[in-house]
Amino acid sequence: MKYSDVDTIAAISTGMGSAGIGIVRLSGERSAQIADKIFKGVSGVPLTRAQNQKLYYGHIIDPQTGQTVDEVLVAYMRGPNSYTAEDVVEINCHGGIVPTGKILDLVINGGARHAQPGEFTKRAFLNGRIDLTQAESVMDVIGAKSEKALQLSVEQLNGSLKKRLKKIDDVLIDVLVLIESNLDYPEYDIEELTKEKVLAHIDEALELIENLIENGKNSAVFRNGIKTVILGKPNVGKSSLLNLLTDNERAIVTEIPGTTRDIIEESIIIDSVPFILTDTAGIRQTENVVEQIGVERSLEYASHADLILFLKESGQKLSEDERQIIDGLDPDKTIFVSNKSDLSLEELENWHKISVKNESGIKELKKQMVDLVMQGQVEASQSSVLLNERQMSLLRQTRDILKHAREGVLIDLPEEIYSIEINEALENLRAITGESIGTDVIDTIFERFCIGK
Amino acid sequence: MAYQAGDYDVIVIGAGHAGVEAALASARRGFSTLLLTINLDSVAMMPCNPSIGGTGKGHLVREIDALGGEMGKNIDATMIQARMLNTAKGPAVHSLRAQADKKAYQQRMKKIIEDQPNLTLKQQEAVELIIEDDKIKGVVTKTGATYSCKACVIATGTYLKGRIFIGDVQYDGGPNGLFPATELSNSLIESGFELQRFKTGTPARVDKNSIDFSKMIIQEGDDPIVPFSFETEEINIDQEPCYLTYTTPKAHEIIMENIDRSPLYTGDVVGIGPRYCPSIETKVMRFSDKDRHQIFMEPEGLNTNEIYVQGMSSCLPEDVQIAVYREVPGMENVEFMRSAYAIEYDCIYPTDLKASLESKQVKGLFFAGQINGTSGYEEAAAQGIIAGINACQYILHEKPLILDRSQAYIGVLIDDIITKGTEEPYRMMTSRAEYRLLLRQDNADKRLTPIGHEYGLISDERYERFLKKQRAIEDEVERLKKVKVKPTEEENEKLKELGSAAIKNGISLAELLRRPELTYENTAVFDEERPELSADIVSEVGVILKYEGYIKKQMEQVKKFRKLEKKRIPEDLNYGDIKGLRLEAVEKLGRFRPETIGQASRISGVSPADISVLQIYLESKKHVPR
Repeated sequence: MKYSDVDTIAAISTGMGSAGIGIVRLSGERSAQIADKIFKGVSGVPLTRAQNQKLYYGHIIDPQTGQTVDEVLVAYMRGPNSYTAEDVVEINCHGGIVPTGKILDLVINGGARHAQPGEFTKRAFLNGRIDLTQAESVMDVIGAKSEKALQLSVEQLNGSLKKRLKKIDDVLIDVLVLIESNLDYPEYDIEELTKEKVLAHIDEALELIENLIENGKNSAVFRNGIKTVILGKPNVGKSSLLNLLTDNERAIVTEIPGTTRDIIEESIIIDSVPFILTDTAGIRQTENVVEQIGVERSLEYASHADLILFLKESGQKLSEDERQIIDGLDPDKTIFVSNKSDLSLEELENWHKISVKNESGIKELKKQMVDLVMQGQVEASQSSVLLNERQMSLLRQTRDILKHAREGVLIDLPEEIYSIEINEALENLRAITGESIGTDVIDTIFERFCIGK
Repeated sequence: MAYQAGDYDVIVIGAGHAGVEAALASARRGFSTLLLTINLDSVAMMPCNPSIGGTGKGHLVREIDALGGEMGKNIDATMIQARMLNTAKGPAVHSLRAQADKKAYQQRMKKIIEDQPNLTLKQQEAVELIIEDDKIKGVVTKTGATYSCKACVIATGTYLKGRIFIGDVQYDGGPNGLFPATELSNSLIESGFELQRFKTGTPARVDKNSIDFSKMIIQEGDDPIVPFSFETEEINIDQEPCYLTYTTPKAHEIIMENIDRSPLYTGDVVGIGPRYCPSIETKVMRFSDKDRHQIFMEPEGLNTNEIYVQGMSSCLPEDVQIAVYREVPGMENVEFMRSAYAIEYDCIYPTDLKASLESKQVKGLFFAGQINGTSGYEEAAAQGIIAGINACQYILHEKPLILDRSQAYIGVLIDDIITKGTEEPYRMMTSRAEYRLLLRQDNADKRLTPIGHEYGLISDERYERFLKKQRAIEDEVERLKKVKVKPTEEENEKLKELGSAAIKNGISLAELLRRPELTYENTAVFDEERPELSADIVSEVGVILKYEGYIKKQMEQVKKFRKLEKKRIPEDLNYGDIKGLRLEAVEKLGRFRPETIGQASRISGVSPADISVLQIYLESKKHVPR
């Protein structure tokens, strides 16, 4: 994909938690114009004429459906008096991934594009808002983030998602090859280009995309990351550990109604790696049953998890139940954590030592969790489709562009015009995986057809 | 014995399609120019197909003409058939192609060169470059003549260490039975250039009298002919037809039986050939499921019986070639006049060039055409005119002319080869241009004639005519925006007749034209005061109004693209010093040394994050107080 500094960019800048406030931030010359397409202020003043730096109360309305998405506070900061020194709009919404993600979608549809890692900061620098000493650290951040993002996408795209994206990619390449070979080699015996064939390809791609979006809606957005379960007997400090892990991290709490009990999931991002921590609430409910930690149930949780944090109390001998659970765990996917109570100082080998009481050892534990992912020892389960909010948004955009291209085909626009949009759709799709568009349309033409003098 | 033979501003080595455009551009700009050719009879020679233009290539010829080059005029004057390809498709991919009378094409071009003031044409083989302090100073020829110069354009085509393959018959040779240039390669290597080896091929030329055309499908030209040059008003000629026939399973069988005698498969040919120009043996081997391949029979000129057999290029032994050709319907009794052959030659790595086509290491030394790893007469000529213009800019110490990807196919071509390099001979195709809708063959003058005028290649008189045409287009577009069609019964009846939906409110004709079923021509019924306009103006007005929205969208993309193109990278930048740049990017950027951030972003292996890091680094350097 080509990125330009004159684009208006957008991103969710803070507050992924459901309780907190989410901010969608735009930067660039069209910020206010784009925000005005979706923001209906109670005062009736459009943002383009809004007072500088003042908060406006109103609603975000989906321009296509006319439905209210969220009630919000919006501020318009005209450049150069803003973080990036460009025109900036900040939309403060109720947070939670659903409204924030939806608002991001709407501004993207309105003409903004997804910001690159570190891009707000980069613009701030290029526009002279940050000084020289800060510049190098910005570069480090961009460098590091993109490296990690690359590694992560490789990790994440190993399973069904990659296959499914590849399939869509193939369909789009097929139709582009069909179009381009006919445009560049009009006199050769190659597969004939017909409206029906183009439509069939676009429809196939659209169906695949819709399926993926549907799938993502049902499961993936909320369970985006390494499924992590904390096991251990009651009162060993599981809840405290969970709280410590999610502390200072962006957390999304999602309550998923179960049949007999509620499971609490918390999504956190540690060092760019998303984890979904499952709090085994059900186990807590049986805490009144002494020493009953539910071996079977624990192992069942473990079997669905990508990573297990097994917590024991240091200085205590392992109980029979605890031994049974440990025997059933995959040691490669488990971090054994010993919670040091201030009563005992006993050291155990191979056990990661923390103290929930003193809040120590947590940073190291997080690092170990991330390392296991980066080393490939632990990976997200293949069955689940992992799509984050950026990826979902790109997917929806791809769909919308393709739909527009389809309309062009239906009204008999020339091939070289609707092919621009098919190319654009392909670029969007490839932004999900981070592959840049190469010459493979041309390569495929030569592989497939015998053309030339 | 070497002797001082003359002093010129610019020396152009090679008088093929690149060389002639380079030499004409430089001479027409008023610089004394010497054009050296290995053989005076090979000026502007077409050693392969007897045609100019085609998809993408036709666009290049229109652009060369719009800049003030000669190729368009030359083919207009010497063509024997012409077709506009892709007319069933949209306006951006309409492409002109004409069959040339090869000898007439050469003769006319040679005379233009001979008559051009400031231009001297000589039959001399350049064997050595004189380079001092990394600057080109002169050229030495085989006979010892030493010419000094301020700038030099190398346009040696396929001559450098040329080697011919016809089965197991293999010998050093240039194209079309001419001598190869064996010494200049060494001089280039000694000057620090790395060379790669490419291969191309050509089919046999056969005797027209030995062919039964009744077994083939006739292919006629267009009537009327659309000329290549914006200066040519009309072309009235009796057109020569081409013919289409097909290979047969029997022909394929013979190829398969003898495949071990093709140097392409014995490993004798090491050069890399173009995929879009495969030999017949390659086609049969790679696409074994196809039981026939197309063969086009193209006349080589009016005063010859030679026919070019397009689709049958080969380097099989001569006896096998003849046997294969004779299995093609209509060629049962074919007589060969020249055999098919493959030719291998030296070329440079175009990534060693700047966007001006000047060498990154030797100042004043420019390269154009097949030596840069491209293929095709049109691609060569396009580079030639740019190299010629920029050789003069270099002498003047002025900024080079660099066309970007949004301005011209020429820009796409040069940017592609200098940022991505060539892994096979590079051919232009419309799919290489991302701003295809803007780079139409019909508006090449609008895009480039002002530039040609600025560089002195377009006369004031022609420029005035151009401005007048542009005004006429703008006026007509504006007028159509004002012509209102009322929702009356009468007007709706007319719409119905044209198969278009009725209107409920008044609408401008310009808006109405966006409907796919309506054209400028068929809406005349709504437009009583329509002025009389020439066909080229009408067609451009139609395109502008019909695709206005899409054209605007591409213009927006171009605006973004240009911003990065303007950001220059210092030549001496040490990428290793830049913190945060990935190793792969350090290596690639260090090797290709892009001139702008835009170019850097197109190098494979350089990610958007690397570009961000690079931008920040360059910006931070600016902030350092001196």
